[in-house]
Amino acid sequence: MTTGQRPAPAPGLTWGLRGRGPADVPVEADHPPEPPEGGLLGGTGRGVRVCVVDSGVERDHPMVGPVAQSWRVFKDDDGVHVEETDEGDACGHGTACAGIIRRTAPDCELSSVRVLGERFSGSGDILLEGIRWAVRQRFDVVNLSLSTSRDRFVEELRRLADEAYFQQTVIVASAHNTHVESFPWRFSSVISVGSHQEDDPDLHLYNPEPPVEFFAPGQRVQVAWLGGTSIRTSGNSFATPFVAGLCARILSSRPRLTPFQLKNALYLSAANVRVHGSR
Amino acid sequence: MAQTIAPAVPSAPPPDPAMAELLQSVVDTARAIFGAEASSILLLEAAADELVFEAVSGQGQEFLVGRRFPAGRGIAGWVAASGEPMVVDDLHDSTSFDRDVAKSTGFVPNALMAAPLVHGDRVLGVLEVLDPSPQARSSLSELDLLSLFARQAAVALHVLTTHAPRGTEPAAPEDPARAELLRLLAEARRLLEE
Repeated sequence: MTTGQRPAPAPGLTWGLRGRGPADVPVEADHPPEPPEGGLLGGTGRGVRVCVVDSGVERDHPMVGPVAQSWRVFKDDDGVHVEETDEGDACGHGTACAGIIRRTAPDCELSSVRVLGERFSGSGDILLEGIRWAVRQRFDVVNLSLSTSRDRFVEELRRLADEAYFQQTVIVASAHNTHVESFPWRFSSVISVGSHQEDDPDLHLYNPEPPVEFFAPGQRVQVAWLGGTSIRTSGNSFATPFVAGLCARILSSRPRLTPFQLKNALYLSAANVRVHGSR
Repeated sequence: MAQTIAPAVPSAPPPDPAMAELLQSVVDTARAIFGAEASSILLLEAAADELVFEAVSGQGQEFLVGRRFPAGRGIAGWVAASGEPMVVDDLHDSTSFDRDVAKSTGFVPNALMAAPLVHGDRVLGVLEVLDPSPQARSSLSELDLLSLFARQAAVALHVLTTHAPRGTEPAAPEDPARAELLRLLAEARRLLEE
């Protein structure tokens, strides 16, 4: 029980089912797609809105294609702000992530929130604001190949990750590349991704020992880079957008899937998961 | 990302010979480990929002030290801001990244590895390895090795800066941590030269 004055619950928030029955809360749902025999799962990403929160995305890169909207987060004396931008990418990393998503889910709608490439000071605030912006824009999938190790951001990040989860925005987050405790990939409300070393560019695996829940191709990955070029690179940063792309594919064939259903679809389609020994 | 960015060294003190020796030893060793053309350390100057070449081994050794460029740019900038290591390969046809920096420095690498120098949640700078040997390129295990080495270098850097002698104070007995570090440095140098 609670004592003392509490603020009134926010409208729409439900603590229990009172005065209503099952017929009052119908749910029209989708069943997850059957795991494929081979190849990729789901559709082409059509109709799914994906946002890359990173260093920006280069416009008109042949491996990225159209970028629907681009914003940048910046800080000045008045605080942290978000505005539309046509600045592109400061380093190539965001463009690389966008290219992997495009390859995996060619028909998805891609947007960018740039949180790196400005001044360093306050970059934690900027990351947080970038994620908040992407969540509040209600993207279906948010790719986050970044994390923070600063404790003071953890609670707010957790709140944002939960907000995303309950509004059906899936945050796909990179595990740190070194043995560093960082966030938000550690949260169960996001889909966390690390690298495997296999050559198969379409292989994803479930980790039976989370918190990193999935492994995807992250070694010597050919990625889009600045100036319309490509390079090879390695790291969890590049495994993550593959899983973000998979999420877009699955959602395009089953748009009503909840984040937990989506995670289950990834789990069931992982090459190392055998259901009743069937695979 | 989102590390607190703080200057690795107090601004404008007289150069510390031990610091110079440490940084040079780190880049010499990194270059040897990866069979690389060059290695460099860039330290972050938060106030100026710049990365400054503090030590270079190999290509550019004579003229790069002291050069600075905007901290938000390129792969080194991403590494410093994100606190994550990065390896890239096949840069030869790329017009990208630090290419403008690379051109001004007279050396355009085809492959580059970079890891943050992190102590606690502070990024002190970036360790770069340019054109490592083909066996040491772009794999996850190289990323791990570079990160391990960078971590060690960052700890040494931290020890040295927190145990730095005060210029105006009378000569004090050598700090044991500092003395030990200098002994290890000398040993590493000797091994490299053998």
